[in-house]
Amino acid sequence: MNQNPAPKPAIGHNAVPKMTARDVNVFYGQKQAIKNVSIDISAEHVTAFIGPSGCGKSTFLRCLNRMNDTVDGARVEGRIELDGEDVYASNMDVVQLRARVGMVFQKPNPFPKSIYENVAYGPRLHGLARSKADMDEIVESALKRAGLWDEAKDRLGESGTAMSGGQQQRLCIARAIAVDPEVILMDEPCSALDPIATARIEELIDELRGRYAIVIVTHNMQQAARVSQKTAFFHLGTLVEYDDTSSIFTNPKATRTKDYITGRYG
Amino acid sequence: MATVSSPLAAPAAPIAERQPTDWTTPAMQSRIAARYRAERNFRRLGAAALVIAASFLAFLLFTIVRDGWTGFQRTETRIDVQFDAATLGVDPAAVAGPQGQSLLARADYQALLLKAAEQLGPADGTLSDAAWMELREALMDNPALLGKRASLWVPVRSSIDLLAKGKYDLTAPAESRGVTDREVSDWRWLEKAGRLRTGFNTTFLFGADSTEPELAGIGGAALGSLLTLAVTIAIAFPLGVFSAVWLEEFAPKGRLADIIELSINNLAAVPSIIFGLLGLAFFLNFAGMPRSAPLVGGITLALMIMPVIVIASRVAIKAVPPSIRDAALGIGASPIQVVFHHVLPLALPGIMTGTIIGIARALGETAPLLLIGMRAFVTDVPQGFTSPATVLPMQVFLWSDDVQRGFVEKTSAAIMVLMLVLIAMNSLAIYLRNRFERRW
Repeated sequence: MNQNPAPKPAIGHNAVPKMTARDVNVFYGQKQAIKNVSIDISAEHVTAFIGPSGCGKSTFLRCLNRMNDTVDGARVEGRIELDGEDVYASNMDVVQLRARVGMVFQKPNPFPKSIYENVAYGPRLHGLARSKADMDEIVESALKRAGLWDEAKDRLGESGTAMSGGQQQRLCIARAIAVDPEVILMDEPCSALDPIATARIEELIDELRGRYAIVIVTHNMQQAARVSQKTAFFHLGTLVEYDDTSSIFTNPKATRTKDYITGRYG
Repeated sequence: MATVSSPLAAPAAPIAERQPTDWTTPAMQSRIAARYRAERNFRRLGAAALVIAASFLAFLLFTIVRDGWTGFQRTETRIDVQFDAATLGVDPAAVAGPQGQSLLARADYQALLLKAAEQLGPADGTLSDAAWMELREALMDNPALLGKRASLWVPVRSSIDLLAKGKYDLTAPAESRGVTDREVSDWRWLEKAGRLRTGFNTTFLFGADSTEPELAGIGGAALGSLLTLAVTIAIAFPLGVFSAVWLEEFAPKGRLADIIELSINNLAAVPSIIFGLLGLAFFLNFAGMPRSAPLVGGITLALMIMPVIVIASRVAIKAVPPSIRDAALGIGASPIQVVFHHVLPLALPGIMTGTIIGIARALGETAPLLLIGMRAFVTDVPQGFTSPATVLPMQVFLWSDDVQRGFVEKTSAAIMVLMLVLIAMNSLAIYLRNRFERRW
């Protein structure tokens, strides 16, 4: 596994960030879940959000492709941009935004349809394939990129829900990849998986790095250390520290970060 | 930072020392025995309840089948008929012409039958009022019979029919047995002459209502039920399902949604007669729609079962895991696409089950239909959605209300038909649920 992340370019100051967030506040009814979070997400890195349960890391992740819109009473303030475009602008097409910013969820959630249909659903929605052959190619390349092709090629007609948990999660990644997103958000993608399936997903994340901007929320600090190049530490709805993964884990600046990664709480 | 400190660091409260539990004391043993006893008793109670419920059902079914199975049979007598053109009042030459069938349809079969009945001797009054229709049917099927002699089986009066089926206790005194000496002797004469047979009653299955039990049929009511339910399904299913979709997927949560939910639940519990009054006041009196028509009956029943469909559909939609919605939204499906591509297909088995149960309820409903005139005595099979009709349970009600003894078995037979339809629909509901149910 990727114990030693590839030598990374200098942190974001010179590169143009893929997504930026400025002074983001999120409220669920009266309760404030996110307080004044500002962050840049780079296109070539895997960015990890870590923090104890209820710190708002998932909430913030779901703001990035407006999945919080579906939550009753959720309200987002501040500015989030994708390539300089305001994600929350009134003329932003949410459907297109979510095609550009794909998402993989905590629990593998394939549709109760065939493996092929699971992957083909997104491209079909957005009209990305002109012919059946086109679609076959999209499905094949998405499954290949998700490292699932060898296991799935002979059973494309079988139900996606009949696969093992790890395969289902990779199918969900393939489904997200199939619409050719620019950013992939992963909300604790391994928390429902066993260690071997987790290792497969982590390898996969490393393979996908560079091609897509990847943001991963994780509970598991070792996982953050293994897969990410940048780490953001959230606590009580605030972004406490955001830096290179190696600096966060070896030389945290804030005491709260230090206490968390050394296991004092969490 | 207050939250940084571990909960374990909190000062420990003193915990009282506690004796180790002794599981062998007599008190403990008797407590355990009492628990097992209670469990056994509870199981017996459950089994007893089931046995009582099942025996009620068995008794109900037994009495209905015992009384009703003869309703599917009809007693007929054989007469030899001379199809005499003069008696019929038709011209044999004209019958061969283009107007032949209509001439034959209007001929005087009553006179023909009167003549033929003479051969029954003392029992010449036992033929059913509608026996002449058998003659007409025979002749119209085969016009070559004109001028020839044929042997035909025609229905007998209900009293003879019941005597042949052994429905009267002939040992009872004459005044209390419900049948006259004359009828008994007529029946004996026919029986002795070998002119009686009991066969399957097609008139009952396909005919419509009649004042004479031997001529009454369930077919008109069955078709009426079918037409009514077609209207009910066409209105209640889409309205119910789309209301449920909107309430579940799109309605803003809040006071208004709560009020709507409460109203729908209340509506599902409103006595059905109220819907009948609504139908009478609105559809008949205000909108001027036709009385006794399956169209109005169907709309009224649709209003009645719509809340049931809404509730069942909402439960089914709620049971679709939110992760499926997230998955579809997450790759850029619009909310409507999420509903039509994922939520509805997954909820469909539950929706169908609820709908079929609602429809089964509509099929068995009488009260609201009483008020919109579907209680009418209809002797024709309904021709369409606006022609007068009655429905199966209403037919049961009408026949059970009739004073003639012959309708007793018809009532039970009609109940059997109604229950068969209900069982078929409920089986379909269970089949659909098992067939399309998905697990994830």
